[in-house]
Amino acid sequence: MSAPLLSARGVTKRFGGRIACRDVSFDLWPGEVLGIVGESGSGKTTLLNCLAGRLLPDGGSVAYETQSAGTVDVHHLSEARRRLLARTEWGFVNQDARDGLRMGVSAGANIGERLMAVGARHYGDIRREAVDWMARVEIDADRLDDRPTTYSGGMRQRLQIARNLVSKPRLVFMDEPTGGLDVSVQARILDLLRGLVEGLHLSAVLVTHDLGVARLLTHRLMVMQGGAVVEQGLTDQVLDDPQDAYTQMLVASILPV
Amino acid sequence: MTSSQPALRVCGLAKSFTVHAQGGLSLPVLCDVSLSVSPGECLALVGPSGAGKSTLLRSLYGNYRADSGSIRVRQDNIWTELVGAEPRTVLDVRHRTMGFVSQFLRVIPRVSAVDVVAEPLLRRGTDADEARRRAEFLLGMLGIPARLWSLPPATFSGGEQQRVNIARSLIVDYPILLLDEPTASLDAANRDGVVELIRQRRDAGAAIVGIFHDTYVRDAVATRLHEVLPPAQPAGVSP
Amino acid sequence: MPDTNIQATAYNYAYLDEQTKRMIRRAILKAVAVPGYQVPFGGREMPLPYGWGTGGIQVTAAIIGRDDTLKVIDQGADDTTNAVSIRRFFAKVAEVATTTHTEEATVIQTRHRVPETPLTDGQILVFQVPIPEPLRMLEPRETETRTLHALSEYGVMQVSLYESIARHGRIAKTYNYPVMVNGRYIMSPSPIPKFDNPKLDRSAALQLYGAGREKRIYAVPPHTPVKSLDFDDHPFEIETWTECCALCGSKESFLDEMIVDDTGKRLFVCSDTDYCESRR
Repeated sequence: MSAPLLSARGVTKRFGGRIACRDVSFDLWPGEVLGIVGESGSGKTTLLNCLAGRLLPDGGSVAYETQSAGTVDVHHLSEARRRLLARTEWGFVNQDARDGLRMGVSAGANIGERLMAVGARHYGDIRREAVDWMARVEIDADRLDDRPTTYSGGMRQRLQIARNLVSKPRLVFMDEPTGGLDVSVQARILDLLRGLVEGLHLSAVLVTHDLGVARLLTHRLMVMQGGAVVEQGLTDQVLDDPQDAYTQMLVASILPV
Repeated sequence: MTSSQPALRVCGLAKSFTVHAQGGLSLPVLCDVSLSVSPGECLALVGPSGAGKSTLLRSLYGNYRADSGSIRVRQDNIWTELVGAEPRTVLDVRHRTMGFVSQFLRVIPRVSAVDVVAEPLLRRGTDADEARRRAEFLLGMLGIPARLWSLPPATFSGGEQQRVNIARSLIVDYPILLLDEPTASLDAANRDGVVELIRQRRDAGAAIVGIFHDTYVRDAVATRLHEVLPPAQPAGVSP
Repeated sequence: MPDTNIQATAYNYAYLDEQTKRMIRRAILKAVAVPGYQVPFGGREMPLPYGWGTGGIQVTAAIIGRDDTLKVIDQGADDTTNAVSIRRFFAKVAEVATTTHTEEATVIQTRHRVPETPLTDGQILVFQVPIPEPLRMLEPRETETRTLHALSEYGVMQVSLYESIARHGRIAKTYNYPVMVNGRYIMSPSPIPKFDNPKLDRSAALQLYGAGREKRIYAVPPHTPVKSLDFDDHPFEIETWTECCALCGSKESFLDEMIVDDTGKRLFVCSDTDYCESRR
């Protein structure tokens, strides 16, 4: 617990005259899962993309504590180093698995790519690792050589998770990882993510509009409205004792089961 | 830690709820609450319904955000302030020092009862087999039939869920335990099992704060009572 | 002959104007300086269709001089239409001597083969390239493939080899087999059989690659390491035949399979006609 893994300071992003996210600051500590909640258009995904170095903010900075090279400013890194970081120490789980997978190659190749990208050159080893990860995300090993185009939505999402985690990242960005999936499929992925995040001591930033997902997966919440963070704190505290008017409205809007 | 020194100390704690949907209406619940609990003590919160016993307990756990005052917990032999603390500080205290038994289990989809119970131990780095063994021991002690251990508790009865919840909270030897009606929906036999567990923890040196609606349970476990009074109504607001 | 005079006055030496040749030479120099890197160039319209060697011809035109001796092969053969046409084209517009003998040639323009006879210092091998980008089939965006090359992000290339083993039990690619040049750039060796890949490694000859449609030139300078990609447990291997050449008896050369009659009788003969004839 010596230093935060990720530190955002005053992150601001505009699209033309519209401010997508405004002056966002926080520290993410090792092992923490931070949830970003809010309705569509509140700036959650824009913020996530700024944090992950996929978008250049108009103001503010994002610092990341690397494994061995000290603290780096994500947006001042060379493209080479940022991309290296993105495929080694980071993961990014897209809402639509098709954006995060190579749909034209087999599941095994999808999982193995990150290993090969950092120099793995033993086919048998890569394949064993892929089989291991298929099991960890509960996909039958006999689907290893099938392309993700033949997979269901839930399986694709699990494959995307395996593809990201195989390189043992320290920080994973997730954009609505269960969005657009059936409820039963969602539950399985949530359970899986929960186990993996805890088992691998991952840190994560998770964007979701589903407060149930947030309660299950995150330690801390940031509530966004109109591009600004209106409330942040411990997840159960924000959800059980919301302070801000918008958060109270959001929490009150959950349909009881 | 010597038993003379408190494990938990609360000073001047205040908590109110502001309801924005009703024009920012402020509902004060706790006002200037002070208490302290030492290892081996079990403090029972008493008071009429609606007095804020549950709110107090949740505020102690950090589940509710206190307005002002101080909640300090002894951890690693130093006082840690929880009011206004960083989330990670509160989480650290929850992981290592302070356990909470609520009335209801928050069901996690697809996770078996034994894994639900073992999880807090695993999180602290206990070996997986050892954690499962202790989870099964506790489930057995609380009268959950072995055939249910590998099933997710979502389909269990209310009483079974509550006992799973108790097992999950008691699997770690937390120095401080907060209990919110731990026996609320249990029959006499199961209630006695829970009472026995709480007494064991108390006698082993845990500092316990609890709400026990059942006077039989309260008499069996509490060493001291703390009365929680309803706040004075603010001027201009009629009940 | 009157015909030749008309040609000579109507066109600049070696068909292309001098400015164009300079531009191509600058591209070649850069390509030689950065082995395996694809240098864009302002490709010109040539008097033959794309796919027939427009890239190779422009490179040859830019480097050829009256002292050169030109050999042109198509799939190893000196006598196919394409090879004959290109050879005659340069004999006419560049007034060079032509040959079919590998050892005599100073410039060899080739489609899809490397001669069997080892090349020597001072020789230049000009390849005709249809698709210069080895990552194209895996990554359709040009901006992205350029970035991948720039950052040496070559995991995706290995993915394609992995996929081949997963599907076929071995790396099934038999031609246009990707190579790593000088430990830095992954390069398409053009659609030569992988049998020829080892000949590219530390070759004494200068290798120039021209892609006319895509307007790219790249090069491998003499004696540069060229490694065929593979896995530790699936190492790169070249084809072998149990048969030998029906004409010259060679067991070492790349063989073409021919059906010689209506009953399906098959013969194997050397793909490199000059090599084959020299042994008979």
